[in-house]
Amino acid sequence: MRRVYLDHNATTPVHPEVLEAMMPFFQDQFGNASSIHWAGREVKKYLDDAREKVAALLNATPEEVIFTGCGTESDNMAVKGVAYALQDKGRHIITTEVEHHAVLHTCQFLEKAGFEVTYLPVDSDGLIDLEKLRLSIKNQTILITIMFANNETGTVFPVQEIGEMARGKGVIFHTDAIQAVGKLPIDLKQLPVDILSLSGHKLYAPKGIGAQYIRAGTKLTSLIHGGGQERNRRAGTENIPYIIGLGKASEIAQRDFQGRSEHLLALRERLHRGIINRIPHVKLNGHPTKRLPNTLNLSFLYIEGESLLLNLDLEDIAVSSGSACTSGSLEPSHVLLAMGIPHEIAQSAIRLSLGWSNTQEDVDYVVEVLPRIVQRLRDISPLYQKRVSRSK
Amino acid sequence: MGRVAVAMSGGVDSSTASAILKDEGYEVIGLTMHLWDQTQDGKGTFGRCCSPEDIHDARRVADQIGIPHYVINLRKAFEEEVVDYFVEEYLRGRTPNPCVRCNDRIKFGYLLRKAEELGAKALATGHYARIESDDPGKKRPKRYLLRRGSDLNKDQSYFLFTITQEQMSKVFFPLGEKSKAEVRKQALRLGLRVAQKSESQEICFIPDDDYRRFMETRKPREFSKPGEIINRQGKVMGLHRGLYSYTIGQRRGLGISAPHPHYVLELDVERNRIVAGREEELMAQGLVAGGVNWISFPKLDREVEALVQIRYRHPGAPAVLFPLEGGKVKVHFKIPQRSITPGQAAVFYQGDEVLGGGWIEKAL
Repeated sequence: MRRVYLDHNATTPVHPEVLEAMMPFFQDQFGNASSIHWAGREVKKYLDDAREKVAALLNATPEEVIFTGCGTESDNMAVKGVAYALQDKGRHIITTEVEHHAVLHTCQFLEKAGFEVTYLPVDSDGLIDLEKLRLSIKNQTILITIMFANNETGTVFPVQEIGEMARGKGVIFHTDAIQAVGKLPIDLKQLPVDILSLSGHKLYAPKGIGAQYIRAGTKLTSLIHGGGQERNRRAGTENIPYIIGLGKASEIAQRDFQGRSEHLLALRERLHRGIINRIPHVKLNGHPTKRLPNTLNLSFLYIEGESLLLNLDLEDIAVSSGSACTSGSLEPSHVLLAMGIPHEIAQSAIRLSLGWSNTQEDVDYVVEVLPRIVQRLRDISPLYQKRVSRSK
Repeated sequence: MGRVAVAMSGGVDSSTASAILKDEGYEVIGLTMHLWDQTQDGKGTFGRCCSPEDIHDARRVADQIGIPHYVINLRKAFEEEVVDYFVEEYLRGRTPNPCVRCNDRIKFGYLLRKAEELGAKALATGHYARIESDDPGKKRPKRYLLRRGSDLNKDQSYFLFTITQEQMSKVFFPLGEKSKAEVRKQALRLGLRVAQKSESQEICFIPDDDYRRFMETRKPREFSKPGEIINRQGKVMGLHRGLYSYTIGQRRGLGISAPHPHYVLELDVERNRIVAGREEELMAQGLVAGGVNWISFPKLDREVEALVQIRYRHPGAPAVLFPLEGGKVKVHFKIPQRSITPGQAAVFYQGDEVLGGGWIEKAL
């Protein structure tokens, strides 16, 4: 049986060039970048290089890029950092109902600490109403945090417009770009974004490394105190091998961007068409066009997404439903429910997310295997039987 | 041999059952139900069925045995079908048995369905009980029978009386013929990490077995409404602190001063009263059971003799069963039995065969 991995929004394998770039820094060049002797100096150069590469991917300056332990940490740092730094100016934060839990739970934590949070609703495509955003901004608003693209549906937010609105009102704008980096072009010289979070392991770098873009002049309280690393923003001895890895991954993303994106989009369309041509009663969740090129969230009506997922796993095909960070058992997605998708349809959703290593054969294999699994599940589904008998 | 799903609780029984089936050549898939969040009632106790530690243990055993393992989220179904039932029964003055209900609705309901959706031909559990099918030749269609587990001290057939013929055709009990001691020995031999894990006898969603605290948290108003304690003659003997703290046969906590000890005979929910009496008054000659499920035969159409268990650890009492209207059953005991409790299960045996069982509605 073929092993097919279609869960790249959950994580990606480390690119061979990335791994190769990292290797010298475990044993040969292992110094602490803060040391003044040869061991420290020789790695400091590579640290600076890596920083430049990440900055280049975002069209930012290296001074504006700092490294963190992971994407979740970057999100936490952005939201709590701004909240704590500006709490004397105001205590109102605006976000959306479909953010990743790293942002949502941080906001809920801040609410318990006395902050007020507005969670903007989304429409059936997963987008906010910009007018509602404008009306929510008040004098006490200190932060708008809205994701670049949604991890579950792939829906892409109008970051340009949101940023302009925030800037116009003097409010800091953070975007969780963890899913977008490497999949969509991001130019921080154009985009009015103040803080942007990214994560290594969505970008073919290892897990356990993230980064944060912080526009020069942005006030942010550190979460982690200690030595003055990362311009006093984030203490802790720099994780050189992983930083090098992230740098290399950023370089590859920029170098291969055009070809990769087209390839992903073509594969995704092939997958989508293949599925809807062979399987009836399938619904797309997410915006039809404003979507990440690799993400396909589909509801297969009358069956449970969980059963579909497990059956696909038993055929060595990896996809997901809900999001990967929940407790091991599957919950209906808060994102789909926020989009107003009825419970049973949300329960029947799975997310397929392609990556650089997927091939046409992978897609064709899934298109071949999926219909019979769906049919078998529908055959024993009382909901389907009812529908079938009704249409007779 | 085919694909079989095993309900893995993280305990030694279901773990050993999984290993046995894998050895026999089945393609085994381990399933652990996520039924309840311990944090839902604010305490984080561990070593209880369904805690994150148990899910972890089950997964590690699955890794050890070399089988795939999935956690199935049944929290909503469990809350509605088992926990709400539990609370409602107490509010009706009855004493519920949530484990029977969980087997009925969750394990052989939702989980069995999940197993079928995964292409499994059966769901196996670590229960100590046996399923056999009889062989009547051409006289009638074959019937599945439920028997006590071979280890009479561990026999769990009492909790399985609601199982239907259809369910039995898709359920395995690999431990039915084994003793608990054998199972532990086998687990040790296989090097299963849970071989020495201790058993929990309590209700899985109630921390520290404190059902009163649980009820009090969920239904505070109803829980602490004081009322009268009367005897069978109607004389008021004292006051109670709230009906639902008491169960039939209870002696402690009545606060009645009388020459003889007094016991709870009845919980009168409508009038928020406890009827209490002397020990002799706890005895009853019979009971009526409803919601009856028959296993050995499709239904009861005439009197039948049986040994009836009215609690899990009840030794069983010889009785005669009479069919009543609406599928109910009247049980007439040869010798009066003590503390017959509405809401509990009455299970009917002949030898080691479970004829069927029902829910006690009232003592006669």
